Amino acid sequence: MLYKTFNKIYDTDIGYSFFNSKIAIISSTILFIIFLCSTFAGLVSPYNPFDPATVSLMDAFTPPSWSEGGSSSFLLGTDQQGRDMLSTIIYGSRISLIVGFASILFAMILGVFLGVTAGYIGGKYEIVVMRITDVQLTIPSILMALLVNGIAKSVISQSMHNDMAIYVLIFAIGISEWPQFARVSRASTLVEKNKEYVSASRIIGLSNILIMFKHILPNILRPLLVIATIGLALAIITESTLSFLGVGVPPTTPSLGTLIRFGNSFLFSGEWWITFFPAIFLIVLALSINLLGDWMRDALNPKLKIR
Amino acid sequence: MSFLEVKNLNISYPTRKETIVASKDVEFTLERGEILGIVGESGSGKSTIANAIIDLIDPPGEITSGSIKIDNDELRGNEELIQEIRGKKIGFVFQDPQTSLNPLFKIKDQLIETIQTHLNLDYKDALKKSIQLLEEVGIDNAEKRIEDYPHQFSGGMRQRVVIALAISCEPDLIIADEPTTALDVSIQHQILELLKDLTKKRNLGVIIITHDMGVIAETTDKVIVMRHGLIVEQGDTKELLTNPKSNEARSLVISVPPTNKKIDRFKLISPDGKEITSDSKNLTKNIIKTWGVRENKNQKLLDVISITKIFDDQSLVSNFSFGSKNESTEKVVKAVDNVSFELFEGETLGLVGESGSGKSTIAKIITGLVRPTTGEIFYNNLSLYNSKRKYQIDKSRGQVQMIFQDPYSSLNPRFKVRDIISEPIRLFQKNINTSELTQNLYDLIDIVGMSRQSLDRYPHEFSGGQRQRISIARALATRPRLLICDEPTSALDVSIQAQVLNLLKDIQDELHLAMLFISHDLPVIRQMCNRIVVLKNGVVCETKEGEELFNNPEHPYTQELIRLMPKIESII
Amino acid sequence: MIVVAFVSFSLFNFVGDPVNSMTGIDASYERQAEVREILGLNDPVYIQFSRFLGNVIQGDFGISYQLKREVSDLIAERMPATLELVFVSALLAIITGVILGVYTGIHRDSFISNVILVVSLAGVSLPTFIIGIMLIYLFSVILGVLPSFGRGEVVQLGFWATGFLTPSGLKALILPSVTLSLFQMTYVIRLVRAEMMEILQTDYIKFARARGIKRNTINYKHALKNGLIPVITITGINIGTLIAFSIITETVFQWPGMGLLFINAVYFVDIPIMSAYMIMVAFIFVMINFIVDITYYFIDPRIRLKEEAG
Repeated sequence: MLYKTFNKIYDTDIGYSFFNSKIAIISSTILFIIFLCSTFAGLVSPYNPFDPATVSLMDAFTPPSWSEGGSSSFLLGTDQQGRDMLSTIIYGSRISLIVGFASILFAMILGVFLGVTAGYIGGKYEIVVMRITDVQLTIPSILMALLVNGIAKSVISQSMHNDMAIYVLIFAIGISEWPQFARVSRASTLVEKNKEYVSASRIIGLSNILIMFKHILPNILRPLLVIATIGLALAIITESTLSFLGVGVPPTTPSLGTLIRFGNSFLFSGEWWITFFPAIFLIVLALSINLLGDWMRDALNPKLKIR
Repeated sequence: MSFLEVKNLNISYPTRKETIVASKDVEFTLERGEILGIVGESGSGKSTIANAIIDLIDPPGEITSGSIKIDNDELRGNEELIQEIRGKKIGFVFQDPQTSLNPLFKIKDQLIETIQTHLNLDYKDALKKSIQLLEEVGIDNAEKRIEDYPHQFSGGMRQRVVIALAISCEPDLIIADEPTTALDVSIQHQILELLKDLTKKRNLGVIIITHDMGVIAETTDKVIVMRHGLIVEQGDTKELLTNPKSNEARSLVISVPPTNKKIDRFKLISPDGKEITSDSKNLTKNIIKTWGVRENKNQKLLDVISITKIFDDQSLVSNFSFGSKNESTEKVVKAVDNVSFELFEGETLGLVGESGSGKSTIAKIITGLVRPTTGEIFYNNLSLYNSKRKYQIDKSRGQVQMIFQDPYSSLNPRFKVRDIISEPIRLFQKNINTSELTQNLYDLIDIVGMSRQSLDRYPHEFSGGQRQRISIARALATRPRLLICDEPTSALDVSIQAQVLNLLKDIQDELHLAMLFISHDLPVIRQMCNRIVVLKNGVVCETKEGEELFNNPEHPYTQELIRLMPKIESII
Repeated sequence: MIVVAFVSFSLFNFVGDPVNSMTGIDASYERQAEVREILGLNDPVYIQFSRFLGNVIQGDFGISYQLKREVSDLIAERMPATLELVFVSALLAIITGVILGVYTGIHRDSFISNVILVVSLAGVSLPTFIIGIMLIYLFSVILGVLPSFGRGEVVQLGFWATGFLTPSGLKALILPSVTLSLFQMTYVIRLVRAEMMEILQTDYIKFARARGIKRNTINYKHALKNGLIPVITITGINIGTLIAFSIITETVFQWPGMGLLFINAVYFVDIPIMSAYMIMVAFIFVMINFIVDITYYFIDPRIRLKEEAG
């Protein structure tokens, strides 16, 4: 049964492309592992670095296990507070992934809805939505996220800051990414709108909402998927950048970016591993997502069909 | 020794699943002063052969064996010679004048560049020659127009420019791949005359690739019929068209709609050579049961009164004009201008015209896809547009349906055939139960001549002709009384066209449908319609009963159209 | 522009309580009321907005809450640093990007192309700050060749302090501009490559080949001219992104520019600086978009001459 499904997938153009692209297989495997680890962080990581009971300052600044002075109980060494690097990275990546996924999801829902409706309905609605999109597209996402973050910070009272920080961050990054979803969905909707099956549906008398979301939407998913993947990488990078700058997630629930910031001050004094490992992890994560997205773009592009 | 000699040409496209043979053992010759036509349905390999001669086949396609000789020089494998010959000895004309010219370069630059690549002329001489070329292909005011960019020319003019480019370096052979398919009938005629003219004047060898038998009849001396990559028959044009020997050639010739008389049904030839007579009377019995018997009272079904449609065209300049982004330069386009006609039960009314005549727009107005600027439409004496110009869909309630031109975009690729057809059924019979629905589906798929297994497949698994049948099934699902057919067979091969048109005629007879048939193809209109409305630039030129229109056209435009349409009978 | 001004204004007035920030939380009630009066916060909204606009046009952005100096002075001080950095990075990104993009677009499958592509992918995946840190580590710490922070010596030309004219200034410029341009460069490479590949498949290129025009001419004359058009739009957006990313770069390299100023403002919720920065940046964006539009007009004849003659 599994064998049959496997064969069916292999037979499709996409399946074939996937299984023949070493890059695609490697990156998705890496991603899968990372994903699993961070979901089951509690089970996978050797310690819970944020439980004060397990952390002791005595262990601080232990180098990785293979260098001099290292110990096998801390595989990648410890940071300035004695937390195990491996564990902090696993927990950190969980935060990075959560923020990344959630913000892209938010951006996608908002962007696709606005884009499809703008493209289909047209008229003044479309002009307004597109103007907003254009204007926002000229403002780079980092800036947008910073701004939204800054505003939110001053609006929300000090005490609520830390609790709301993650939601604010997700909202901020989401707001900065929705325009590209809107733009692509609108362009695709315009193309589909001119296709005759849409005219046929209108003649039959289907309601506009049905046409938009039952007929058109499934046909525009391909490019959206590519953008979502690459956007995910961008969101993760944006989040880590913001955290690095100190305006991202609160230090109590650090993401990979925050970890890098922590370690940055120790880079020149010799304790390189505190920054190095989170950085490598972040790079691998972003790279895998980008590679996957890249492969997807080529695989789903009907124009570049070279069997 | 002939001018062009092709022997044993084999071309294949290796894909991951299989190797597609695009041409097999193709062999033919051509002399100077001759026009050779290569005809065949889509996928027959005719374009591939042409591309192969100048080695422009897109990878992964490749020539696997064979020889191509011009003036006894072997072209295959001789990269240098081919590079030299392209443009200098062989000129190529592509199908779409819209995309053949680089939009960013002036015509002058494109011409001079080509000339200087092959001929040793300095700038001044090259410019003089370019102007001469433009005049030769019939572009007035050549000296001024040479400074223009491609988008400033109309389609027909652009194709002339393309031809000028192709002959610019005095080639001996011209290959034209569907040179007039994208053009209107009147322009097509001019371009073909131009080609014939040039052939005589310059003693050229010309290869024309087309799917239009009328063009073959009127333009070519010799013809090759291809199918699935093989040459099935070749010979003198007149001979072949009067007396086709192979089944494929017979099928092609016989499917062409006659231009000089009206016949009841198109004749079809099955692959083994016998004539097919379709018999759908049995299939329709079920449908008549569910639909109820319809009486044909010949009452007036559709009344179109003084419809006008003006489109507001905002030119690109408005988006990039200095400063104020809201300034719009409005170019007023009257797509439909005061058009009126009536349609009666059971009849087929034809709307015929070239591109820009407004025929499609009228169809869209009747079905509510586009709002008229002024005018009224009555269906069964009920007004289709209320005072606010909003389409009252409940007035027509699914009784007006449409089939479209492009079989590849008229079905949602993500839906199974079953879902495509059942959607309208469910919309109109909200409480239908599953078994009734399935019965309906079976009836509909039977009547269009497709298997019941097709219901569970996706559109991309079917050919163009089959997809049109599915579209017809979908249109019939709401039990319409008026079927609008907007160029339903223009994108189909000639023999498939015959099948689909026969199907439409059968359905109309059995189900007492009224039809509004829209096309630019005069022979097809003649075969399908009782009365015909001739349109030009949105204005009605003439409305007449079918045969009378063709035998006694009154309006000069109609006369011209009839005169210019390519007729296969011209040679028989 | 007006929209942006309004948003800044609302920030200014409604977000947070400026009075609190200025006088400290403990100040007495009367003191707060006094300050409120002086700042004109009791006037109706539209008067405050017009006053705000008037001030802005005159270049008066108010006083920084945190640093207690005129915002316009702060900006004027910092602006040259940022603009020089952005300018060099933009040049670097576009020139290198176009050259590499064209190369990889034309020679699709060569080994060098693949190498360039992989490296470009890395450029997209690496957050700017990591690149910065890595470069600092490599060149400053290990090799000790280039400075890791600051601008080096600057020469004062009028109000503009430039680092172009001193060797230490130039040296200090290298690492930050490379860091800043890397992200954009990779984006440009991929874009140009995609454009070139698509153009090379068009009919008019095929027709040019059929006319016997030489390969090189087709690649570098015909295809290139068509391919450069989208690059122009991208350039416009590029400059915008560069300004944004300069915030990060300036932080990593402690480059005394507007970005560093802004980041600190966000951290300390220093509204005047934030709103001033927004307005400045928005102004630059609008100018750039305008210039891009005009350039388009001159380059693409289809826009210039829209008539279709027979």
